[in-house]
Amino acid sequence: MRDVAILGIGMTKFGELWDHSFREIGIEAGFQALVDGKLGSHDLGGLYLGNMASGAFLEQEHIAPLILDYAGLAGHHLPAIRVEAGGASGAMALHEGYLAVASGAYDFVVVGGAEKMTDVSDTEAARIVDATADTEWELVFGATLPSLWAMVARKHMHEYGTRREDLAALPVHDHQMASKNPLAHFRNKVTLDQVVNSGMVADPLGLLDCAPLSDGAAAVLLGPLEGARKYTDTPVKIAASQVACDTMALHHRRDLTTMDSTVFAGKRAFSQARRKPSDVQVAEIDDAYSIGGLVALEDLGFVAKGEGGVAMRDGRFFGKGPTQINTSGGLKAQGRPFGAVGVAQVVELVRQLRGEAKERQVAGAQVGLAHNVGGTGATSVVTVLERMN
Amino acid sequence: MTIARFWRETPRRYNLGGSRCSVCTTVYFPPRTVCPTCTAHRQSLGKMEPFQLSGEGEVVTFSIVHEPAEGFEMQVPYALAIVKAVEGPLLTGQVVNVVPEEVKIGLKVHATFRKLREEGAAGVIHYGYKFAPKEEAGTGPRAGREAEPAPTPALSPDPSRARA
Repeated sequence: MRDVAILGIGMTKFGELWDHSFREIGIEAGFQALVDGKLGSHDLGGLYLGNMASGAFLEQEHIAPLILDYAGLAGHHLPAIRVEAGGASGAMALHEGYLAVASGAYDFVVVGGAEKMTDVSDTEAARIVDATADTEWELVFGATLPSLWAMVARKHMHEYGTRREDLAALPVHDHQMASKNPLAHFRNKVTLDQVVNSGMVADPLGLLDCAPLSDGAAAVLLGPLEGARKYTDTPVKIAASQVACDTMALHHRRDLTTMDSTVFAGKRAFSQARRKPSDVQVAEIDDAYSIGGLVALEDLGFVAKGEGGVAMRDGRFFGKGPTQINTSGGLKAQGRPFGAVGVAQVVELVRQLRGEAKERQVAGAQVGLAHNVGGTGATSVVTVLERMN
Repeated sequence: MTIARFWRETPRRYNLGGSRCSVCTTVYFPPRTVCPTCTAHRQSLGKMEPFQLSGEGEVVTFSIVHEPAEGFEMQVPYALAIVKAVEGPLLTGQVVNVVPEEVKIGLKVHATFRKLREEGAAGVIHYGYKFAPKEEAGTGPRAGREAEPAPTPALSPDPSRARA
């Protein structure tokens, strides 16, 4: 296996993009990545596209060749491959693209992630995303994705004394960061009181504990690390890309407050990258639900099990410790176009590692980590990136 | 959801029919074809036997749902819980016969046969298990029924009780 670098990045605005179609946003992000990486289309080996549910959202399947076609590349007859892993579809597409380049099968690939969620009603969209949990043994009995995460929150509060306010701290931080991110879905700031008192979705989680439904696309250009400087001044190495899975239903997990998929993907990723949590300066953590971000920090080893609440209360990951999280605004405020999320996390890390994150820049960032979850944790993908000096 | 898709699961959804690994004796719900915990993983193939859950259990965690799943709009706010059955498996289901504020971690419950939801005015009506607090002897709606012979399935369809 050879080393793989990110040579270019691209991303559309996230939000309710009424004026733009799925194919438009997919192509925009992809071209930005190609142009940023200074690669001619004729050198491209293939396209990997992370997308969760275009069929349900748009009545359009088979979207990988569709995006390739409207990118003007149909005549090149490249392989175009769609990847689905619920909310982790984007990171999973990156994993596949990484393996393809690392193995030597392809030299250069574009990994895109795209989702168009606002062409259906909110109720319909909720039904579609809920299906990343177990339809037959959870949803049929009245469960929703937020209510399942709410049960993780309740259990965490019961076991470790985590407070309602501890959950609310991450959305507050996310909105604060997103206010400095021109591509973010929400750029307004929110207070702890507003999060705690937001309309109840599934007790103890309120509306402001939950990431929105967004449209958006993101893309990266991957190639071999060797020779990467021909395409970019600052190659960013993919130091690790690891996937781990677990039981489909939350109720079958070993422990209801631990996402073992995150534990295993994290351990494997730190081992592959020969790094430890304290080496990471910037991390994008999947906080589709506030409790998910809190639990992930424990499961990745950034804090001990049960201490996530205290860490949030103390602002340990909001600028007061060695690792800063969700400088993009996270899923909560940058937005959550499902299939695009995992790729967008990596785009933000590349900006940080290149020193191009402007107002959001974390000084001296060398190592970044992205964590992306599908469903209630049946899939986790952890990616570690490293700036090449 | 088509009729067949729901109908084929009725033995599980109506009667809590699970399975037990005859190699390591672990009980599963819903039934499984292979045993995930048994160290002799593939030796359990063909040796998973039907096992009837009693329906008795305890709330492990819960949420009060205000933004409902489709078809549950008329029931909000409703309590949703993960229940650990006395035989071992964990299940997700609603907790009924109780005001949501009184649902607690550790609450002892038993499974009860209820209407889950209907697919619109003319659609299929889904039935299955929900959980209700376990009554102390001599109190509650089930008082006086203790002398009746227990039905073979844990849950017997009783249309008069088929309310949310």
